[in-house]
Amino acid sequence: MGYQLNFAPVWRDFDLLLSGLGLGLAMAVFAILVGCLIGLAAAFAMVSKNAVLRRVASTYVTIIRNMPLFFLIIFTYFVVPEQLGVRIGKVEAFVATLAIYAGAYLTEVFRGALLALPRGLREAGLSIGLTEWQTRLWVILPVMLRNALPALANNFISLFKDTSLAAAIAVPDLTFYARQINVNTFRVIETWSVCSLMYVTTCYLIAAGLRVAERRLAIPR
Amino acid sequence: MLISVLAISLGTLLGVGVGLVLVYGRLVPRIAVRAILEYVRGTPVFVLILACYYLLSKIGIQLTAFQAGVFALTVFCSSHVGETLRGALLALPKGQMEAAKAIGLTFRQAFIYILAPQAMRQALPSWVNTAAEMVKASTLLSVIGAVELMLVTRQIIARNFMSLEFYLIAGIIYFLINFSIERFGRYLERRVALPS
Amino acid sequence: MSEEASLETPVLQIENLHKKFTHVEVLKGVDLAMKSGDVVSVIGSSGSGKTTMLRCVNMLEDFQEGHIRIDGEEIGYLPGPDRKPKKEVEVARQRAMTGMVFQQFNLFPHMTALGNVTLGLTKVKKLPQDEAVAIAEKWLARVGMLDRRGHYPGQLSGGQQQRVAIARAVAMSPKVMLFDEVTSALDPELVNEVLNVIKALAGDGMTMLLVTHEMKFAFEVSDRVVFMNQGRIEEQGKPEELFRNPQSKRLAEFLKSAQF
Repeated sequence: MGYQLNFAPVWRDFDLLLSGLGLGLAMAVFAILVGCLIGLAAAFAMVSKNAVLRRVASTYVTIIRNMPLFFLIIFTYFVVPEQLGVRIGKVEAFVATLAIYAGAYLTEVFRGALLALPRGLREAGLSIGLTEWQTRLWVILPVMLRNALPALANNFISLFKDTSLAAAIAVPDLTFYARQINVNTFRVIETWSVCSLMYVTTCYLIAAGLRVAERRLAIPR
Repeated sequence: MLISVLAISLGTLLGVGVGLVLVYGRLVPRIAVRAILEYVRGTPVFVLILACYYLLSKIGIQLTAFQAGVFALTVFCSSHVGETLRGALLALPKGQMEAAKAIGLTFRQAFIYILAPQAMRQALPSWVNTAAEMVKASTLLSVIGAVELMLVTRQIIARNFMSLEFYLIAGIIYFLINFSIERFGRYLERRVALPS
Repeated sequence: MSEEASLETPVLQIENLHKKFTHVEVLKGVDLAMKSGDVVSVIGSSGSGKTTMLRCVNMLEDFQEGHIRIDGEEIGYLPGPDRKPKKEVEVARQRAMTGMVFQQFNLFPHMTALGNVTLGLTKVKKLPQDEAVAIAEKWLARVGMLDRRGHYPGQLSGGQQQRVAIARAVAMSPKVMLFDEVTSALDPELVNEVLNVIKALAGDGMTMLLVTHEMKFAFEVSDRVVFMNQGRIEEQGKPEELFRNPQSKRLAEFLKSAQF
């Protein structure tokens, strides 16, 4: 074989890889924030009394959850602009898709957390004179979000990993630069081991950080 | 489609081995497997696929894009299956093994007749989930050129300039596959559920 | 072996049993011998080592010193100073010589009541299926569970599950039955149905070693009661003597707090 490990070409472009990592994180953060809003709305819709709302929300969740993310990305980036005759930037198209995608998974997370709440919680809120919306905002939401936090953390980590797909439409993220360096330098092993190690480490740090947050926010008992 | 089926089957087989080592293995192999597992699970599938494709060809194993894809997805699948199986086995009450031993079963017998059937029931929902994940992940293989539904669609579009219809059809096919997997999984779960 | 010799060989003999959990010594030299047909109850506060002793007999725990013999056969370890554990198959065979009933029942949830009882018969004793079913049905009938043979554990009450667990153990025709606080996890109204089954087995002449908190039951069913305290047997004797006239201060205190 006689393959000599040489990390120098990878280190030379390490700032590119780092900038890619940063972009990926930023896209993931944005997507989870927007996704949370979509997810919350859809989750409340799914447990509402209105049958139409329930239908709309569950159709959205079923369709998105059963579609490959890659397909959705290609669809928004190539097909939608072509059909509507508008131009969408790569990053914008990707982040929008990721948010819609995340929203469907988060709906399930929030719905589960809502259903797990004791029935008495809402009734207690109403009984002290809060309106339905006030109860949701001040009683149900704070408790439910805490319970959903571990699942939320997992979702965020997988979203961050999913940002690697952005490279497929040439968004300059970590994977994109890794491929570029790979093609330019042929330092295959070095490039991909550094690239995946960066993902692994970041995921690990995110997980650790969110666990700390979880403990801080936990309701004492 | 064949890619997914192959990867799920091979990945499940490998994953069962991974899970067994994680629970019953000696210290050194257990730590080694755990380290590889953490690495694979922390890496995005897409990176895994690209890395497998470029790496394997670099170290002299000439694989087609198809084979490299199956390899990458198998590794990915086995990491999920291994973790699931580990969780399912550890979730079983300690008394089950003790009761099995108490009536004189050997470890092997206890595993085959008592632990495995219960762990499999427990692991079923996650396994179905993993299977659906694999089908979705297989779309990524179009990037490295394995002939796969997504790529076929893109080729047809390139020839015909009739993108919307074809993308819609491809989308519907994916949806139907995943949807049926999910439904089938739920059906299976109900079938093997224990009456109570 | 002559008739007399076999009468002299205890069915279960525990000799100088020592057991350590990492640094804590929970059994500090226990001696106990049981003849065929003996019913012995072990009482004592929690942490006295009574459950651990029972689990050692079934080799669910290892032990560092001493010997356990069943029908004269050395359990668990090969003879010799280095105390090498016996082979797994051998240990499994020896485990089948004792029948263990657990506090938490530990029925196999994916098998019917009948399946729970036949498993050991077909896999350990290698009996053909129809013979195993016949034996299992006989014992399920004996514990009053024959009509529920097709039920899964999840469909049975705690008392019913425990009766199936007893059938599962006794169907292997063990030399000694071991009962580990078998009514502690049951609702009060379900305790008696299980105790009655055990009483009936005792009436059949089954050799039984019971760890129990049911003082009244221990009094009624036992030939001998053993009081354990801090890893040792503090006192033993016929139930009437032991309960009416405890010699040691600790036993007197224990009996007072047990209020029966």
